[in-house]
Amino acid sequence: MSETTIQETKRGPLSGLDWKLFGPIAALVLLLIIGSLLNENFLSAANLLNILTRSAFIGIIAIGATFVISSGGIDLSVGSMAAFTAGVMIMLMNWMMGVTDMIWLIVVLGVVAGALIGTAAGWLNGILITRGGIEAFIVTLGTMGIYRSLVTYLADGGTLSLDRDVRALYRPVYYGDVFGLPIPVLLLALAAIAGWIVLNNTAFGRHVQSVGANEDVARYSAINTDRIKVYAFMIQGACVALATIVYVPRLGSASATTGVLWELEAIAAVIIGGTLLKGGYGRIGGTIAGALILTLIGNILNLTDLISNYLNGAVQGVIIIAAVFLQRGLGQKS
Amino acid sequence: MTMPQGQTSVLLGGYGLRKSYGPVEVLHGIDFEIRAGEVHALLGENGAGKSTLVKILSGLVAPSAGRITLDGDQTSFASVADAEDAGVVLIHQEFNLAELRSVEENIFLGREWRKGLLLDKAAMRAEARRLLDQLKCPAAATAQVAGLPVADKQMVEIAKAMSRKARVLFLDEPTAVLTKAETASLFLLVKQLKAEGVGIVFISHKLDEVAEIADRITVLRDGTHVTSTPAAGVTPEEMARLMVGRELSDFYPEKPDPSADILLDVENLSAPGVQRASFDLRRGEVLGFAGLQGAGRTALMEAIIGLHPVEEGSVRLNGAAQAFDSVAQSKAARVAYLTKDRKGKGLLLGNDLVWNFSLFALDKFATPFLNRKAERAAFDAGTQAVDLRAASPKLNAGSLSGGNQQKLLLAKILEADPQVIIIDEPTRGIDVGAKAQIYGFIADLAAEGRGVIVLSSELPEIIGLSHRVFVMHDGAVTGCLSDADINEETIMHYASGLGPARAA
Ligand SMILES: Nc1ncnc2c1ncn2[C@@H]1O[C@H](COP(=O)(O)OP(=O)(O)OP(=O)(O)O)[C@@H](O)[C@H]1O
Ligand SMILES: [Mg+2]
Repeated sequence: MSETTIQETKRGPLSGLDWKLFGPIAALVLLLIIGSLLNENFLSAANLLNILTRSAFIGIIAIGATFVISSGGIDLSVGSMAAFTAGVMIMLMNWMMGVTDMIWLIVVLGVVAGALIGTAAGWLNGILITRGGIEAFIVTLGTMGIYRSLVTYLADGGTLSLDRDVRALYRPVYYGDVFGLPIPVLLLALAAIAGWIVLNNTAFGRHVQSVGANEDVARYSAINTDRIKVYAFMIQGACVALATIVYVPRLGSASATTGVLWELEAIAAVIIGGTLLKGGYGRIGGTIAGALILTLIGNILNLTDLISNYLNGAVQGVIIIAAVFLQRGLGQKS
Repeated sequence: MTMPQGQTSVLLGGYGLRKSYGPVEVLHGIDFEIRAGEVHALLGENGAGKSTLVKILSGLVAPSAGRITLDGDQTSFASVADAEDAGVVLIHQEFNLAELRSVEENIFLGREWRKGLLLDKAAMRAEARRLLDQLKCPAAATAQVAGLPVADKQMVEIAKAMSRKARVLFLDEPTAVLTKAETASLFLLVKQLKAEGVGIVFISHKLDEVAEIADRITVLRDGTHVTSTPAAGVTPEEMARLMVGRELSDFYPEKPDPSADILLDVENLSAPGVQRASFDLRRGEVLGFAGLQGAGRTALMEAIIGLHPVEEGSVRLNGAAQAFDSVAQSKAARVAYLTKDRKGKGLLLGNDLVWNFSLFALDKFATPFLNRKAERAAFDAGTQAVDLRAASPKLNAGSLSGGNQQKLLLAKILEADPQVIIIDEPTRGIDVGAKAQIYGFIADLAAEGRGVIVLSSELPEIIGLSHRVFVMHDGAVTGCLSDADINEETIMHYASGLGPARAA
């Protein structure tokens, strides 16, 4: 019954959709105001760029998650996939040090390998889900454990560290900037724009959301639903790869704790952003806002001692629930 | 306005009921009374507001204005559960079942029987079995609902309502998906409930059924009340006139001769639920497919367009052999299929009209980026061609009335410019006026040189539209009828698997 009731009421012209769009932005603005009231340095360019840079990993991964979730899937493996990709990239680059002394080539090959590994891992998730007919939750729960344990094994329980010379050359990919814009922020922006265009302005993007809305209707509408799902997971894998490529030069290392809980942060960013967890409706802009909101909370807690930093997770949890509550609650009135 | 002696026996009444969705008012002050022990038919064209009215009276939707009385006392139902507690039960036009649960679990959903703290499964199963038997429904009480044919799902809905011990029962198009025999057992039950004093509201576009079962009829037109009158003596033709507000003539269009070109030739095709079926379709022809529920018509068509694997046999399109593995392939060959399950497989109910319209032929508008202007222009032209009337293209497909949903689905498929169009139950749940229109479209499509296949359980429709009729029984094609052989008797003969009627 409740399903019908929700559908009945969600239809007013000013309901649902608009709040999904403006809700996250309103929350973002609110947090910015709170932050600026708490500390006058909050709105400084340096702090804002810092917030953006810190949002880049989760933001980029969450762009992929927007595709997967709006196609009706879920990917729990992204955090371990990032750790595994980082581990293999580091080992590969270290090994190449013994083969060639063209360090730029080593970095390029390392980056290419990272891109391939991430995309292939996404493809594997997608294939297991569609060919195997297993729920995305279960497949990615499995691969999450597999990648996590593989990286622990590769690092022998410790830490894999990138060769110093390679890292020196690779470093600017995280720490560098283009006209004052940090490279991670630039990449986040490019990925967001590309994601937005693909999701909203191509047949593929429509198909992704249609598959999430009702797979049967999609199949009867000449959509190859399996292929769409695999592509969505491959986009997720490619996004994880991009995030990892930016992440590796940051610390120059990977270990069993790399990327822990990233999957939940990415999913949280997507949901705060107004994408429906049950699929059928995705918003890239909202996802970016969601990722920024999550970073902002941490940043604001750092700036004030009203609330202990240890409660960061609790505040994030409250925000997630409140965001969804507001989107649904406001969507229903009209 | 109520008659003095009617006052006492009015179970449920609605007075001055209005309903607005956003700025649009769809019910403009309706009075409606249900008395104990009557079958009150509610008639009106698609979108007249029948479903909206019964949703209000059963607590699913809140009215924007007006009052509701129960046993003469003013009341308001806060929810469906509230209304059900008062004995007011609605069976939806759309199914409302937990697809993954069993039949018995659905029947008792939210009203489970208990023995102490635990569920009394044995008693529930026995009661479910009894209800299903009463409805002559073949489904097992333990079967999963998702796997049932549509007719059985409808029966489960009805069994569910019966288990609620209704005093007022709203049936919103319960027979749209039922065969004649199933309808007959439903009517027996309705009569029995009526004798027990239950007030029943019956919505249907099948006017002969209304004439058969109704004691009183109320007609709505465009959200206003036209008339309420005793049913005795009102013919289906008069009902149609009251609904539409004008005389209906020329129900079935002309049938111009098809060409001799064979467009689609299917030979000895076997697939899940289909055995060695053969037929051919000519350019400009309307081909009827008749058969009982489960005869394999839908299975055959779905196999042809690539939804199910073909086990053996051949499909030839314009003489060239084809083996479609997916709907994308059959679409590319300009063969299209309109499902009878509009809500489950045809339309994305939560997406807007333009989104739905362009979904099937989306590549047309992707170059590679979606050209929204072209899409919108095509939407305007395509929906105008099928005379779809909607307040705004931003509406969700789910908020359209049944007739307009069917027109949207038709427009969606036609946008891909198919040469073979297979329409499964073209007029299910569609009012008389829109039916005549859809028949007109079908004839026009054939006249343009396309081939049209119509699958229908309504024989008059098959007979009125088709150049030739293929009849199926138990997965096999049992007959091909043309000219004078196209009549109900002969079709039923083949449909029940009795072989040629006039075999020597
Ligand atoms: N949730 C909604 N939002 C907007 N408009 C709605 C909604 N539900 C119904 N409508 C509109 O209200 C009108 C009445 O619809 P209703 O479903 O009551 O018609 P109906 O008489 O039951 O038609 P049918 O015979 O096709 O079932 C239609 O114009 C429909 O588009
Ligand atoms: Mg209706």
